Parts: sequence; structure tokens; C-alpha cells
Amino acid sequence: MDYTTLIEILGSTLRLGTPLLLACIAGLYSERAGIFDIGLEGKMLMAAMASGAVAALSGSAWIGLAAGITASLLFAAIHGLASITFRGNQLISGVALNFVASGATILIAQTAFGQGGRTPPLDGAARFQAITLPFAEALSGVPFLGPFYAKVISGQSLLVYLALAIVPATWWLLYRTRFGLRLRAVGENPESVDTAGVSVIRLRYTAVALTGVLCGIAGAYMATSLQAGFGREMTAGRGYIALAALIFAKWRPWQALWATMLFGFLQALALRPDVIEAMSPGSLTIPVSFLDALPYLLTVIVLAGFVGRAIPPRAGGQPYVKER
Amino acid sequence: MEKLPAWADLVLVPLISLALAALISALVVLGIGGDPIEAVSVMVKGALGSAYGWGYTLYYTTSFIFTGLAVTVAYHASQFNIGGEGQAQLGGLGVALVLLAVDWPHWSVALLAASLGAAAFGAAWAAIPAWLQAKRGSHIVITTIMFNYIAAALIVYLLVEVLRPVGQMDPATAHFPASAHLPSFGEIPGLSLVFSKQVPVNVSFFLSIAACFAVWVLLWRTRLGYEIRAFGKSETAAVYAGISPTRVIVVSMLISGALAGLMAVNNVMGESERLLQNASEGAGFIGIAVALMGRNHPLGVFLAALLFGFLYQGGAEMGLWTTIPIELRTLLQGLVILFTGALDTMVRMMLVPLFRAAPMKRIGGAA
Repeated sequence: MDYTTLIEILGSTLRLGTPLLLACIAGLYSERAGIFDIGLEGKMLMAAMASGAVAALSGSAWIGLAAGITASLLFAAIHGLASITFRGNQLISGVALNFVASGATILIAQTAFGQGGRTPPLDGAARFQAITLPFAEALSGVPFLGPFYAKVISGQSLLVYLALAIVPATWWLLYRTRFGLRLRAVGENPESVDTAGVSVIRLRYTAVALTGVLCGIAGAYMATSLQAGFGREMTAGRGYIALAALIFAKWRPWQALWATMLFGFLQALALRPDVIEAMSPGSLTIPVSFLDALPYLLTVIVLAGFVGRAIPPRAGGQPYVKER
Repeated sequence: MEKLPAWADLVLVPLISLALAALISALVVLGIGGDPIEAVSVMVKGALGSAYGWGYTLYYTTSFIFTGLAVTVAYHASQFNIGGEGQAQLGGLGVALVLLAVDWPHWSVALLAASLGAAAFGAAWAAIPAWLQAKRGSHIVITTIMFNYIAAALIVYLLVEVLRPVGQMDPATAHFPASAHLPSFGEIPGLSLVFSKQVPVNVSFFLSIAACFAVWVLLWRTRLGYEIRAFGKSETAAVYAGISPTRVIVVSMLISGALAGLMAVNNVMGESERLLQNASEGAGFIGIAVALMGRNHPLGVFLAALLFGFLYQGGAEMGLWTTIPIELRTLLQGLVILFTGALDTMVRMMLVPLFRAAPMKRIGGAA
């Protein structure tokens, strides 16, 4: 693999890693507050459909983004209602909402546009276009770093930069603010938060809402940036890969960035059979299915505790019952 | 919270959950400009109105019984097995390997061997998540989801690179030998009078009913079943009583995986007669809805599987004959899981005032 090919693959790594990163950070807020969320996939899918449809109708990617976030928030609210207010099974709620999303997106898109569950192709202002960063052209001649800046860092859509900015922002929010301390505490020991006079219910709803917003951005990115419009089942298990990345990252923001980019790299590699062919040793070819399965295999290995233990937030999955 | 009478908890709660899911689906149908009454009548006519419709409804029911029982057995050990889909796909691999290995003399021998193959492969696929849960504390929900994806990738690889016959384009195994053909209801003396057209429902329907009975015996009439249920109710109490958590988790998941794998006898051996990509078509996930709806009891699972068989076949007919897309059944399936599994407290809360009001009225009447 020469340097030009590597740059190409790294560029698509960032593109493919972004929805994983957004969904992973989304899951981080929820799970750190003690609410398991298997429904990242469904929220992303709803957001992708809503943003694709609304961007096609309005011609504006921004209005599409707002619609995507709204749709995802609606699902987050149902999940919150089921798991916080009614103290239901959080895992089942997430699974259920994924099926609801899978059915609802196609029903709505098919009724609205009659194109087999797709939304119309987007172009122009209806998509988040690639942004060329300053000096990208001028610096591209610089050996080694120049092409990296021009082809990987520059030329991504606004939502990619937003996703990257969310990583330090989340770190700061979690570890340097009072809200972050409380959020982490409510996922480990909600009784202590309650004793301190802070509402567990409110904190958890806030966390679930943040999850909704971030899944909304992730879905909108899929439909209005990574691709031009919504297609049925377009998230294709990314919500679950994000969940895997979250465990891989042991529920920490910077590690989430590396984990999602690693999984993004595997996805990017799977799209380049020529590179895989060249990389494979001797007559043995690495099958593409192996690359598809690798994120899941890695997660199982991490979960098994062979690469350091992944310990989830202690109160995760348990509804909080206030003492009377 | 106040407790409801047992019968209300067992019968009323699932029925009201189902009614709520149906109500929301009807509103969605109205919202997309369809006619819910027309939709229901097409579904009933398509799934139950003819022997042909029943042939498909019962075919789907068979698959859903197996996957529903799989979720049930794991549930009683307080394990949430979302991996039924992957285990069913691996079961399909087991069936294919067994049936392609030798030329079987008679379908009954082939059925026995294929069942063993399906159960063994399904159980093997559940074994690793079970062991990781029991020994390393890795959350079984996450590992079984991961194993679904790994299974899908593995099957794609095997079908494309290994099992596909030379010269064949589509990723599938060779057809199974004719001697391994399972009699469908149209070929069974007596039943063939009713099922005159070619229908997919086959003898494995009876196998699924036997499995219902076997699971009931296992859970409520054996020592192992008692251990599974005791562990599921309270891990600490079970450990105190000398029940080994590792044993219960691993054994219950092996049985669960075997049941999910057995589904392949119906769809792979009984219907397609070769292994195709994504053969289980989401039946593993429907098992979750079936088990929740059936209140994790084999009889309930049977009834819920029948209901979902109807929804599945009826939904397909609805997709064919009305403007409502077939995906409505996915939505309905999600809503049933949501109401029966996650919002059940809400449904109970709705019912409590009714039961509280009833005796008071009686007292008022007497005075």
C-alpha cells in the first residue's frame, strides 16, 4: 500500500468513522447516567429518514438536521419514559424501538415519496458539502504532512468537524463541570445523588435527551452528508458498532474517538478489495467478511476481559426507585 | 405498586398491550392514507381465509415457536438471549452440513440427524456468550448481539467461498438430496385433503409442538428446570441453595441456542431445501416478541407464535394487495415488544384503578 492509497483510506476512515463517533458519544451520555441504550441504531435511522425527507422537501440541509434531531429526540423521549418513568426493561425498550424505527422509516418514506422507501436524491444546499480548510492547496506540496492535511483533515463536511469537536467538549463536560460529576455519579450510585438533593429523574432525562440530539446529528450526517438521501436500513448496524466502540473505549470520550476511528478504518478497508488483495500474505486472501466481523470480534475479546476489563457504570440498567 | 390478580397479569396485560400496539399501528395506517379496516380484512383473509393462507401462517408459526422457546428458556435463567438470529443461522449451517454429507435413506432419519445438527450448531453459537457471561461477567446481551453479526459474516463467507457449488452464481449451498425432502402438509395423507396446493408448512410443525411440551416438562417438572427458575428469580438465594451459577447460565443458554438452531429444520430443510444467505429472515428477533407476549410460558409461546404467524403472513398479503407497505409488520412487532416488555408497568398502572374500583362498588351496592 503506497502513501496515496493510505491517504485515500484515511480520508474515508474519517468519513465512515464520524457517524460511529457521534452515536458512540451519544451512548456514552446515556450509559454514564445509568440508562442502557441499545436503541442508538433506531434513533439514527429515524433521524436519517427525517433529515433526508425534510432536506429534500425544504432544500436545506440545516432544516433537515433540525428534523433529524427532532425525530431522534422523540424516540429518546419514549425510551426515557419506558426506562425512567415507568421503570421498564431498558434493553427491551431499546430493541423494541429499533424495530419500530426500522418499520416506521420505510412506511413514512414510501408514503411520502413512493420510491421504494428511499428519499429523493439530494444535491446543492440540501447536503452538507465538503469544506476546504485554509491553505489546503498551498500546503499539499509539503512532503508527508501536506497530503494528509489536504486530503484527510481538509475537505470533510461541517458535521465531521462538529463530531470531532464534541470529543473534547464531552471530556470537559464530564470531568470538569458540576453537571458532569453528577451525571457520572447518577450512573454509579444514584442514591448518593438523590441524598445530595439532586433529581435523579431529571439528570437521567437530560442524559437521554443528549443521546437523542447526538444520534440525531449522526443520522442526519448519514443522509445529508455521507450519502445523498435516505435509503432503507441505511444505518446497517452502525448503532451496534457504536455500542461496541463504547465498550471498547470503556465509556470514555477520547478512547471513543480512537475506537470509532479504528472501526471506521476497518469499514474503509472493507470497501477496498484491491488493497486487501495487495496486503494479503502470499496466496492467502483475507475475506471481506472477516473485516466486516472484526469490530464485533474485537468487542467480544474486550468484553471477555483479555485486554483489560471493561467495567460498565455500576447502576447501568437499573431503574431508580426513590425511597419513601 | 398494588398487585393485580394473577389472571389479569397473565391474560389482560398482554392483551391490552397488543391492543395498544394495534391501535397505534391503525393510526399509522390512517396517517399514511390507508384504510385500517381494509388492512385487517386483507390480513385475515390472506392468512386465515384459505388452506393456502394457513399453510404459510403455520409455517411461520413453526419458526416462531422455536425462537420464542429459545428466548423463554434463557429468560427463566434471567438471561436475555438476543442472539436467536445468529443461532438460527448457525442451525441452518448445521442442517446443510448434515444433509449434504451423506445420502439419507429416508426423510425421518434425515430429520433426526438434521435436528441434531441444527441443535448442536445453535447451541455451540450460544456457548461462547454463555461462558463469557458466566466466567468473565461479559454482558450476554451485548455478546449475543455481536455474535449475530459475526454469524452473518461467517455464513456469507462460507456460502461465497466454501459451500457454493462450482459454476453456481448465487451464494447458496447445493440443493439437498431428494431423499431428505420433508413431507409438507400437502403430502401427508389426511392433511392433503385440506392442503391441496403447495404449502411450506411441513412435519417440523409437529416437532415444534413437541418442543413446547418438552420445554414445559424441563422448566416445571425437572430438577434442572427448578434450578434454572430459582437462579432466575434470585441469584443469591440460588447460590445459597447450592445451585451453580455457571452451570445454570451455560446449560440454559445451550438449550436456548439449540432451540433457536432447531428453527432451521423448518425453514432450511423444510422450505428452501438449501442454505441461503440470511435464511432466518429476522425470526430470531420475533422470538423476543413471542416470548414476551406469551409471558414466557410454552403454551403462551405457542399462542403468541400463532398470532405472529398470522401477522407475518397477513402482513405479506397486505403488502401485496393494498398500498400499505409490508414493513407495517416490523412496526407492529416493535410496538408489541415495547408495550409487553418495556411499558408493562404502564399497562399495569392503567389496570390497577379498575381492580381497585370493582370491590368498592360491590360494597357500595350492598349498603
